[in-house]
Amino acid sequence: MNHPRNKAQTLWQLFKATFLLSASTFGGGFVIVSLMKKKFVEELGWLEENEMLDVTAIAQSSPGPIPINASVILGYRMCGLAGTLVAILGTALPPMIIISVISFFYAQFRSNAIIALALQVMRAGVAAVIFDVVLNLAKNVIKTKRWLYIGLMAGAFVAKVFFGVEAMVLILVCLAVGIGDLLVHLKAGQKKRATEVQA
Amino acid sequence: MNTLMQLFFSFIQVGLFSVGGGYAAIPLIQNQIVDVHGLMTLAEFTDLITIAEMTPGPISINSATFVGMRLAGVPGVLLCTLGCILPSFFICLLLAHFYYKYRNFQGVQTVLSALRPAVVALIASAGLSILTLALFPTGVAGLSSIHMVEGILFLGSLFLLRRYHVNAIAIIFGSGVVGTVIYLVMGLF
Repeated sequence: MNHPRNKAQTLWQLFKATFLLSASTFGGGFVIVSLMKKKFVEELGWLEENEMLDVTAIAQSSPGPIPINASVILGYRMCGLAGTLVAILGTALPPMIIISVISFFYAQFRSNAIIALALQVMRAGVAAVIFDVVLNLAKNVIKTKRWLYIGLMAGAFVAKVFFGVEAMVLILVCLAVGIGDLLVHLKAGQKKRATEVQA
Repeated sequence: MNTLMQLFFSFIQVGLFSVGGGYAAIPLIQNQIVDVHGLMTLAEFTDLITIAEMTPGPISINSATFVGMRLAGVPGVLLCTLGCILPSFFICLLLAHFYYKYRNFQGVQTVLSALRPAVVALIASAGLSILTLALFPTGVAGLSSIHMVEGILFLGSLFLLRRYHVNAIAIIFGSGVVGTVIYLVMGLF
């Protein structure tokens, strides 16, 4: 664990991290979530892996840009309201600066062949980063050795890739399965207690 | 109502009603900026989306900044972006508060445990679609249409990440530079 010494230092690290990640996020919300997982879970040790997945689910299901949503929650977790504001600033500033500058010569930017080429090949690197994160995450789901979780992961993947099911629908279905699982657990617990009392 | 306030309220609506990320926001932005208020033509809007996709950061923040800058300069940038962020700020702050208050309860953990595998699957599917775009930029038309340079870059990057834990940001920009150089050199011959 790499815990910063005081609040000001945490806020500065939070700003630096969100700013850098936002400036490097080419692609949708799941790209920045993968980068955040690498930075905050693997590198800084600020969050647990499960926590990052929960934050991703909340950010995906809430209205608004996913990177901003995730920043609000991560910032709050690290430093309360101040952390939220700093994380939002770090995430919003790079696109604001870059787009403001580009808006003056966007016609040239859009039709520049080298930029288009660089953006195309860059996708290979972005995909590799996401695959790297996914391999670790999937390994940990399999390590739980619960068929329910492994099945949910495989089922959700097939539903999304082959049937184009909306992310929101998948999250709601899994939420329902989780609640069902909880009810089964509670019932089993009650039965166990009842037999203990009888004995 | 002046343009600035109109923009601000338009982007609050975009922030409030776009669930599920950038691509959900595009039709909403188009509706507000092109259809309802006529602040941009459809051609300008198409340019805007192209630019937003070519630059890092969330598409809706990119769009808010671009629209704000074109129509009202720096105050426009600030107001549009603020409008886009405000709903997220309040809603996610509230959700974060409840999440951290209750997440250590055993029951909540049981429910969340069923949610996490789905999140892993969603990240995996996002990775797969980006990989498909990298390997088949003009659409999948048989294995022969695969772009070998991007394929090798992908495998090389993955190897560096898994084996040597190279920094992810270095991988992203590095693959951009290396790939561009390879294509330019190939173009010379």
